[in-house]
Amino acid sequence: MFDDFFVRAMIGGIGVALIAGPLGCIIIWRRLAYFGDTLSHSALLGVALALLLELNIMLAVFGISVAVSLLLMLLQRRANLSSDSLLGLLAHSALAISLVVLSFMSWIRVDLIGFLFGDILAITSRDLIIIWGGGGAVLILLMLIWRPLFAATVNMEIATAEGTRPDYINFIFMIVMAAVIAISMKIVGVLLITALLIIPAASARRFSTSPEQMAVLSAIIGVISICAGLMGSLEWDIPAGPSIVVAAVICFILSILPLKLSLRSSH
Amino acid sequence: MLENKDMLVSLENAGIFRSKRWLVKGVTMSVSAGEIVTLIGPNGSGKSTTAKLALGILDADEGKVYRKPNLRTSYVPQKLDLNWALPLTVTRFLCLTNRARPSEIETALSSTKTLHLAKEQMNNLSGGEFQRVLLARAILRSPDFLVLDEPVQGVDFNGELALFSLIEDIRRQLNCGVLLISHDLHIVMSTTDRVICLNGHICCSGTPATVASSAEFKSLFGERIASGLAFYEHKHDHEHLPDGGIHYPTSKTNARTNDSTAGNPISGKNPALADTVETDQDSDNV
Repeated sequence: MFDDFFVRAMIGGIGVALIAGPLGCIIIWRRLAYFGDTLSHSALLGVALALLLELNIMLAVFGISVAVSLLLMLLQRRANLSSDSLLGLLAHSALAISLVVLSFMSWIRVDLIGFLFGDILAITSRDLIIIWGGGGAVLILLMLIWRPLFAATVNMEIATAEGTRPDYINFIFMIVMAAVIAISMKIVGVLLITALLIIPAASARRFSTSPEQMAVLSAIIGVISICAGLMGSLEWDIPAGPSIVVAAVICFILSILPLKLSLRSSH
Repeated sequence: MLENKDMLVSLENAGIFRSKRWLVKGVTMSVSAGEIVTLIGPNGSGKSTTAKLALGILDADEGKVYRKPNLRTSYVPQKLDLNWALPLTVTRFLCLTNRARPSEIETALSSTKTLHLAKEQMNNLSGGEFQRVLLARAILRSPDFLVLDEPVQGVDFNGELALFSLIEDIRRQLNCGVLLISHDLHIVMSTTDRVICLNGHICCSGTPATVASSAEFKSLFGERIASGLAFYEHKHDHEHLPDGGIHYPTSKTNARTNDSTAGNPISGKNPALADTVETDQDSDNV
């Protein structure tokens, strides 16, 4: 069954969606969407480095993501630039540097579009093991730190004062985020990873009354988006990564539609 | 300052230096079990900063901060902005940093009269309701050390007195130390054991009566507030009469003022209410 590329794509995509959902919720609650974007943009730098030094791409992306988040934390403490400027600066300089590096490596034919927008249909059985193994480990880690992580998300000062060690928890969260970016890069590509993280979470918001419910719901919406996007991609012969994101956007639009309807009916 | 075994937190000559200036400097104070210590001072005088030092949210750039090991702390911050994207019921919020049984949650909510809000979303609460839920969360943790940063903002006058008498009760039940920050000098005076008046450094400290009559306090808050305070205390005692109490024209002791705060049905005392509102406005003008 795993021989079929489409089935492999489906299984890999679902694995990524399951972890992207809860993580995406935290990203939305912490207003870290742009931070996620910066990390994923710099993932391409990891790709360039991996190709240059003949390293494992996923590990290199993970390493670069961790390095970039550490750099960002450092810059936020030292520099006088606002966070959003810093993020923009890091995101685009990482993207530009990696494109320059890649173009210098004329001896390697790089499928740039694949890295930018994902190549889910090229998922191998080995990728599946990494996605489900790594994703599972990350999901367990996220569940273990969930309560203190949530407390730190609501208010850092309360979390610090009441002894839930938010600095330590935030560091683990950063590692989790870097890992998820490394794992999901192949599915939707560096430019669309943030979409897979935040759109299902944003769609789940309206139907949720508790944080845990929103986390589960966004994982489900992510799975639906993956399935619908892949079907659409097969049906109309469109690129799979963008197709998945479009499916997620449709979920989001559907999620806000009933709100409008119920408002109208109540007047 | 007396050293004792019940001491929960102490600051020794502590200071915080940020953006090329000292936010607070040379602060020496302590909070012991069963004690209510109140920080007062004008805006920007470092009240919240001092509280954060005591809580370990900020590290002292100078001096020492001692916290009793394994101190169970509850913190009600001055401001808590919740992201709209955060679905959070009151009940879930109460379990933010600790797990609790439903019955415990119920008790905590009941004590701040917010039980009916248990299933409500935090984002839908009014200012006063929000503040009472914050306090309920702090109580639920059964803290050894309770820090309240302006806990009565947005709470109306009746609710304010009720909250202060609740803080009294909590202190008595849990024998916890309370560090209270308040802009409302009048009411704080009656519930607190010790007042510390801050203005970047400790201007004066002591029992409410000593602080209120001290020259530093008068120069910091103005003669009007200080005398308004005395006036209010006088009025307070006067209110006591219908309840069978005795008129104490020079009363300044804690026990008496506590009594009258806890036992007074405030609703029927319109003149007192009007007086307090007036003096409140005065303090805003300063």
